[in-house]
Amino acid sequence: MRNLFALIAGGLFGAGLHLSGMTNTAKVQGFLDFFGAWDPTLAFVMGGAILPMAGAWALAQRRKPITGGDFPARPDPRIDRHLVVGAVLFGMGWGLVGLCPGPAIASLSYGGLGGLVFLGSMLAGMLAAPPARAWLDGARAAG
Amino acid sequence: MYIDWIWGLAGGLLIGCAGAVFLLGNGRIMGASGIIGGLVDGSGRQDAAERLVFLLGLAGVPALLMLLSGGGATTNLTGNFGLVILAGLLVGLGTRIGNGCTSGHGVCGISRLNPRGIIATLVYIGAGALIVVALRLLAGDL
Repeated sequence: MRNLFALIAGGLFGAGLHLSGMTNTAKVQGFLDFFGAWDPTLAFVMGGAILPMAGAWALAQRRKPITGGDFPARPDPRIDRHLVVGAVLFGMGWGLVGLCPGPAIASLSYGGLGGLVFLGSMLAGMLAAPPARAWLDGARAAG
Repeated sequence: MYIDWIWGLAGGLLIGCAGAVFLLGNGRIMGASGIIGGLVDGSGRQDAAERLVFLLGLAGVPALLMLLSGGGATTNLTGNFGLVILAGLLVGLGTRIGNGCTSGHGVCGISRLNPRGIIATLVYIGAGALIVVALRLLAGDL
């Protein structure tokens, strides 16, 4: 049952990314190009996605997940250095080529060798993250 | 080109429904970097099957849609592999240090009015916009 929900969610996510044009790096970089020919499509994608998701969060307040267990607890709202440093690094990589993790997977069937190279490097970056987090914590303790 | 926003909105609604299914069905936040990252560093070993099945749907449905529409989909990714590798490393590292990407912080975080998701989204859009300006300056077209 959990796998079925995961398959449906993954499939809908992939369909949405593909149909909205978010697997096209030119449209993503076009959105980030505020000083050029700005392409607002990504804002519509984000807005469109937030609507049903906000409804889901509202429903989640009154019930339990269908497959049991609990909904994720509200995270600590504090803005820490991991969040900011991570978002800066992610944004830089995203701006450089216009791919983020979801579209990188969704476009594998037509992304060619470049898509695979991106995926491989992304996985390597993910592997490097735990030591990098520890280093950030060490830098704070030392500073 | 002028109807792109309709496709954007329609695709966005599908993405939001995907997040709703994952949340209401499995009680999980649909964040692509978290789902992938948990497989990479072993932190998601206990629900690895569900993560893999999610990724199968994520990669498989666009492949089907591309075949049904007669191919022709493209990512327009740069052919500069040095840039692609650098970008991949930054995206992998950044999303795991910051605990989320466009889907987790952007879609799931903002819709919950989580300040962390809102701040992260503003920061990565700002960083991305600066990089795009820098690329245009280097290319000499700004």
